[in-house]
Amino acid sequence: MRLRTFKKGIHPPGYKERTASLPVEVLPLPRQVVLPLRQHIGAPAEPIVKVGDAVVTGQKIAEANGKVSLPLHASISGKVVAIEPRPHVSGALVPAIVIEGDSAEPDVPAWQAPPRLEELSAGQLIELMKEAGLAGMGGAAFPTHVKYDPPPGKKIEYVLLNGAECEPYLTCDHRLMVERADDIILGLMGMLKAAQVSKGLIGVEANKPDAVAALEKAASGLPVEILPLKVKYPQGEERMLIYAATGRVVPAGALPIEVGAVVNNVATAAAFGEYLRTGKPLISRLITVTGAGIKNPKNLEVRLGTLVEDVINYCGGFTEPPGRIILGGPMTGPAQYRLDLPIMKGTSGIVVQTRAEVDKPDYGPCIRCGKCVDACPYNALPNIFGLYAEYDRLPEVEKYGILDCRECGSCAYVCPSRRPLLQLIKDAKRKIMASRKNG
Amino acid sequence: MGAESMQIVLNSVLVLALLGVLFGIGLAVASRKLKVESDPRIDEVEALLPGANCGGCGYPGCRGLAEAIVAGAAPVDACPVNKDCAPIAQVMGVEANCRLPQVARVRCAGGKNETEQRFIYIGVEDCAAAHSLAGGPKSCIYGCLGLGSCAKVCPFDAIVMSDNGLPVINEEKCTGCGLCVKACPRNIITLWPVGKKVTVLCMSHDKGPQVRKICKVGCIACGICVKQCPVKAIAMDDNLAVIDPQLCTNCGLCVEKCPMKTIKGEIKQEREAI
Repeated sequence: MRLRTFKKGIHPPGYKERTASLPVEVLPLPRQVVLPLRQHIGAPAEPIVKVGDAVVTGQKIAEANGKVSLPLHASISGKVVAIEPRPHVSGALVPAIVIEGDSAEPDVPAWQAPPRLEELSAGQLIELMKEAGLAGMGGAAFPTHVKYDPPPGKKIEYVLLNGAECEPYLTCDHRLMVERADDIILGLMGMLKAAQVSKGLIGVEANKPDAVAALEKAASGLPVEILPLKVKYPQGEERMLIYAATGRVVPAGALPIEVGAVVNNVATAAAFGEYLRTGKPLISRLITVTGAGIKNPKNLEVRLGTLVEDVINYCGGFTEPPGRIILGGPMTGPAQYRLDLPIMKGTSGIVVQTRAEVDKPDYGPCIRCGKCVDACPYNALPNIFGLYAEYDRLPEVEKYGILDCRECGSCAYVCPSRRPLLQLIKDAKRKIMASRKNG
Repeated sequence: MGAESMQIVLNSVLVLALLGVLFGIGLAVASRKLKVESDPRIDEVEALLPGANCGGCGYPGCRGLAEAIVAGAAPVDACPVNKDCAPIAQVMGVEANCRLPQVARVRCAGGKNETEQRFIYIGVEDCAAAHSLAGGPKSCIYGCLGLGSCAKVCPFDAIVMSDNGLPVINEEKCTGCGLCVKACPRNIITLWPVGKKVTVLCMSHDKGPQVRKICKVGCIACGICVKQCPVKAIAMDDNLAVIDPQLCTNCGLCVEKCPMKTIKGEIKQEREAI
């Protein structure tokens, strides 16, 4: 069978064998959850509870603040003990609602199933996506409902689900596709109806044949096509997936809707499917806890807001003093230095590497070998970005199109001079955006 | 050599000589007719400027500043490096109202030995880049990151990084151009009047107990210096002692009394560290 893919990219080792065959375990209810109001891209949610209020699992505790924003739901039952700035994955302190749990779940859940899919209109479905608090669960956490409300003049032609899971180490999407294919397909059906598109596509990397089989079984008789993809990084990046599936190229600086495509992670689809089936909003997610530094690597279903510390303790703790703790995948996930961070809607895993695995390279000058240019899936020139960014030559990097970089990290991965290209690029982009904001 | 080849040589010499004369006349005419009148004061002012083209004034080099001064767009003391603006003022025919000469002062004494690292930073060797990652690896979020961005931008080689991971400023070489002040993402470096020796070497606005936890030499906002100062030059601003250099008389009482040894007199300690 011909496997679909994109041009360029890299082949990092997978490290998925630790957890790929482990069924999902449910983490026991945490004693405390920290729910940052900023878990998604866009405006932070607006709290609608006060300190001291009793809340039950699934109760809405913060309201969406504008169009590109999402509500937030209590992920455990208990009492709101604080609404205050707490450590956030971004490194800053971000306002969060802290709930002290009572270690019990209500007998009757706080949610009710919405009407059957057949009775819902496209507009209602989009509204439900927002009500469910759905954000892209692959990592970027973009509010899902916004994608289904295209700007005037644009029409959705393709609805794509992303089951590539091209990040090394992570296997939670893999397990999700194997174990909860029905929810994914139901969610996809809801998304198709919301987008008024007749057929759905699911891209899965070919190293997950059991996931393809499970999805095909769940989708039998439905207008869904499963597309096996070549195992390559960043196959799961939105633009790469669109190219692999449709042959269309999203222009630099444009959104996927420009070529009529909407991409969602399979986990987002599963969360939507579960919401359509039961009415349960987004209060838990699957994560992979893995790496040589974790005693018992696992795929876990955890409540949002559970602290990384609690998750790691459940997995038997560290094998040795950790070298690097990453929230998300190792290619794009940010390294962290503290364990009191909450699992959020976009947190796909915890990867712990040992000290021996983490070296501290002294990077050298660019040797003009061009390997990063060969690796860059966006056809950009990371070497030039790095050189100019190192000396703060912002107008030049902008001219060379640095803002089209999607920060996949392939360039830094292949650089023989060990140059921190991704960090240089991210920094330059941040400075450019800041200078734009300041006029 | 035949007569024919001699003729060729002669011809070319003649043609070139003629061309030379023509162009010469052309240039002579052009230099008269197309002459751009420039204010001679620009050259004079430029000659009085240091000529390092450091850019500390914000203009493109010393010539750029000279033009700005002559055009009246910049004051005569706009060059932060220039120690005495009186000659420039004389050229411009204005009153010499020169700023006091300044030097850069690093207001953090928490190096590797005095503070801890929250994490090991691996990445771009640049303070601003490290600062943008969760506030940098240092236990104190106000303190010097020690990656030497200030030393890299100094055009006068006046800054070196000590083994303790702190910039040491050679005040003999420092011209007060202020480039390091702009390069520091933590705003630790300040321009300080030459001759004012007492400085609080801390920028932390944390509360006392928190500072004690993370730094051996940080300001704990005890307020002793404020009480001791005979000329009321020290004030407490959000948990940090701040000296007004205009009022300070270099008496050194606060230096003696500071329990954390955060306030230093004599820049001697900085010199010794080199």
